[in-house]
Amino acid sequence: MALPWLSRTAPTAHGPHVSALTLFLTFSRITLSGFGGMPFWTRRALVERQRWLTEREFVELMALGQLLPGPGTLNLAVMVGQRFAGWVGAMAAVVGLLGWPALLVCALGMLYQRYGALPVIHHALVGMSAVGAGLLLASGVRMARVLPRQWRPWLLAGLAFAGVGLLRWPLIGVMGALAPFAIAAAWKETH
Amino acid sequence: MDRPALGALFLHFLVLAFLAIGGAPTILPGLHRYVVETHQWLTSPQFADVYALAQVAPGPNAMYIPLIGWLVAGWAGAAVALLALLGPAATLTILVGRLTARHPHAPLGRAIRRGLTPLTIGLMLASGWVLARTVNHAGGGYLLTLGTVVLVLRTRWHPLWLIAAGALAGLAGLV
Repeated sequence: MALPWLSRTAPTAHGPHVSALTLFLTFSRITLSGFGGMPFWTRRALVERQRWLTEREFVELMALGQLLPGPGTLNLAVMVGQRFAGWVGAMAAVVGLLGWPALLVCALGMLYQRYGALPVIHHALVGMSAVGAGLLLASGVRMARVLPRQWRPWLLAGLAFAGVGLLRWPLIGVMGALAPFAIAAAWKETH
Repeated sequence: MDRPALGALFLHFLVLAFLAIGGAPTILPGLHRYVVETHQWLTSPQFADVYALAQVAPGPNAMYIPLIGWLVAGWAGAAVALLALLGPAATLTILVGRLTARHPHAPLGRAIRRGLTPLTIGLMLASGWVLARTVNHAGGGYLLTLGTVVLVLRTRWHPLWLIAAGALAGLAGLV
């Protein structure tokens, strides 16, 4: 067992030793500057400022975080926290990432309950939501560019869109029907 | 409006959170269905307002989920929604993080990743569509949504500027 002040300068197999407090503060900072798109701020903090991760490690962890359920940045925080400071580190990173915004949105919720009925507020929010819908659609279009030019992935994307978006079927039914088929098809393709 | 039982709320959010592959926006249609259509805890315009509020606050966009919890059932609702959002994500991430660290090129992992990608894309587009249908009642709104898509794909403008422009367009009565 290394002494704490030695382990600071002697990196372990997992990289530098980072305290839970540092993880908490770093992810607090990321989340509070994270207006409009977290990946940008996360990369800046973890790769450029703290240098906990290399560019490649960051991209791989981010991709994995996107694929797992839940917000990609949250999953990344769990992985980074656990890697550098175990369970306590994972918790510290998550509390830093979600704690402040959770308090903030509750405060916004209170304001909304009081003033949300004002036409001015409502009109502004409607315009912002219309833009928000465009941002989601644009993300979908951007992501679709990585799909190979074969009929199957496009058909699957189209079916998921039609089932959940147009027909408004329950998400769990649509995913339950499509996911096993999609994974089996991808598996067969590589074998 | 019936008051939600917290246990049922937690379970439903938990199931949805497990399906949030590709990020929290992908479960927007599922949440809309549950909160607006099935239980009528929020109206459709309120739901759209909530999404816009969470978007302009700092932090992950997923924070619209605890905000919905807050409006539906107060502090307990927000806590329940936050826990449901966190639980599956953290558990699976730790398990999978360990597995992939051990077997980075496992064929099953690759098949899952490749197989789910098209579904994630379809769900992202569905979320945008459902939000657009929820919020837009006239041509102006759809025009704003479409314009956003074009600007995001063609320029490198920061999303916050576009959202601010949306707020102005709304105030000006164009939407």
